[in-house]
Amino acid sequence: MNLMEINNLDKSFGGLSALLDFNFRIAENELVGLIGPNGAGKTTVFNLITGVYKPDRGSIMFRGENLAGLAPYTICAKGVARTFQNIRLFNDLSVLDNVKISTHKDVPYGLMSAILRTPGFFRGEEEIEKEALKYLELFNLKEKKDELAKNLPYGEQRRIEIVRALATRPLLLILDEPAAGMNPQETQELMGLIRHIRDEFNLTILLIEHDMSLVMGVCERLYVLDYGQIIAEGTPAEIRSNKRVIEAYLGEDVE
Amino acid sequence: MQKVKNKWIKIGSEVLILASLFTLVQYLITAGLLNQYYQINLTSMCINVILAVSLSLINGFTGQLSLGHAGFMAVGAYVSVIITNMLDLPFIVGILVACLAAGLAGFIIGVPTLRLKGDYLAIATLAFGEIIRVTLQNIDYVNGPAGIMGITKLTTWPWLFGGTVLTVLVIVNLVNSSYGRAIVSIREDEIASELMGINTTKYKVLAFVIGAMFAGLGGAFYAHYFYIIKPETFNFLKSFDILVMVVLGGLGSTTGAIIAAVFITALTAALQSFPAIRMILYALILVIVMIYRPQGLMGNKELSIKIFGRIWSGRNEPDGNK
Repeated sequence: MNLMEINNLDKSFGGLSALLDFNFRIAENELVGLIGPNGAGKTTVFNLITGVYKPDRGSIMFRGENLAGLAPYTICAKGVARTFQNIRLFNDLSVLDNVKISTHKDVPYGLMSAILRTPGFFRGEEEIEKEALKYLELFNLKEKKDELAKNLPYGEQRRIEIVRALATRPLLLILDEPAAGMNPQETQELMGLIRHIRDEFNLTILLIEHDMSLVMGVCERLYVLDYGQIIAEGTPAEIRSNKRVIEAYLGEDVE
Repeated sequence: MQKVKNKWIKIGSEVLILASLFTLVQYLITAGLLNQYYQINLTSMCINVILAVSLSLINGFTGQLSLGHAGFMAVGAYVSVIITNMLDLPFIVGILVACLAAGLAGFIIGVPTLRLKGDYLAIATLAFGEIIRVTLQNIDYVNGPAGIMGITKLTTWPWLFGGTVLTVLVIVNLVNSSYGRAIVSIREDEIASELMGINTTKYKVLAFVIGAMFAGLGGAFYAHYFYIIKPETFNFLKSFDILVMVVLGGLGSTTGAIIAAVFITALTAALQSFPAIRMILYALILVIVMIYRPQGLMGNKELSIKIFGRIWSGRNEPDGNK
């Protein structure tokens, strides 16, 4: 069954058409990659799915509901979470608080309970703490829980972005260039991690990536975007030998 | 179990400190040891603490630059005086209605303006604060620009103390909860916050309304201590005064706001003996503090009994959660 189905999605900024007639589907538990040259419109797709932008036309069906035009926090509550191409952690907060914030949409106590410090508040806080620590433990970040997010090395910040997205308990996890700025060895580790979280959390994952070794190694199906349009779709092997894709990346042969 | 025991020891010691502070001042007042001059300054301090702490929720924790705090204070002051002086109802009713009215004003102003960011929000809130003031100037029922005189002095030390403690307690409890984390995440990165499931508009308005309510409380106390209120008292310079306290104390620190409010009130009082150079000295001290502590006196850290404990015991524990 398809978890998400996008039909005829259009988005333009002023006169510039960033995305034209975009069609896309992703099945439950699938691991799909979205690739394409710089400026092809990949991040625009992510911003449309997560509600940062409103589409001009088209529908984004997610488990039978149209997400097009909903507010980002509503989309998150329905089970779509993402990371960012340029890390956007809550810099001046601790790693633990960064993760705790993701659990707020299911906060187990009311505002009055927090102000009056009722027993329900303490129970709820304990629950939240346990939950957040559980995620940090899975990613070997538990010892860093009290560090400020901004003080961590780059690779760990990238991992916390993933943890923070996971803590919203999504069904669909969207990763925007998770390997950006990583060395080959870190990229290898990341590949293992992505597969691991897919299986561990029974997730569906959609990712944008420039690192072809990662994309080809981890994705089951690929979409190739160029100038706002899908130019190819298929398994990594099919994409590798697709003439239009090679042209988009390397340019046409001059005969 | 140890954790639970520590919690009660902490609460117990805090209650003890507050109770002794209250009793001490109450004794000094009834025994006539605290003269009028000190009592006025003490009242100003409490009111400024209420105003600074409530503004720090909006500016420091939510990260929304508001310059209209004096406007909410004006709403609280006028509404409370109408209730007590003109309708002859008890002070507690005046306080409650003042808070509700100021909170409502915060809601009405917050919903449209909180879509704006940074400088634009600052200008919009500044404008709304002025609208409140000019509106009051044109209402004959409250004597327009002349203001209301002969307000009964109802703000006593128990009221002030209770109000200040309540303000600090509510805001500290709010900030140190899941709701507070949601609010702070807006300051840190609004887009990321929204995408992690936080309804940022709702929480910005919530912080704004709670901040406005306590500004209303400050206004009610002010009106019932200083005998006279005029629209001019609540102009934008008053808003700036409160903002200076919040920035000086450190954005995102409640204890910082308290310390700065007490410090600035004391400084203003102390400088009254040099009327000619008062404002120069005041400005100079602010400039010096800002040069040496650009993040404010406390930064975004909080001062707690734990830190004193560490200083007393002379141990240097690793720098953890303060």
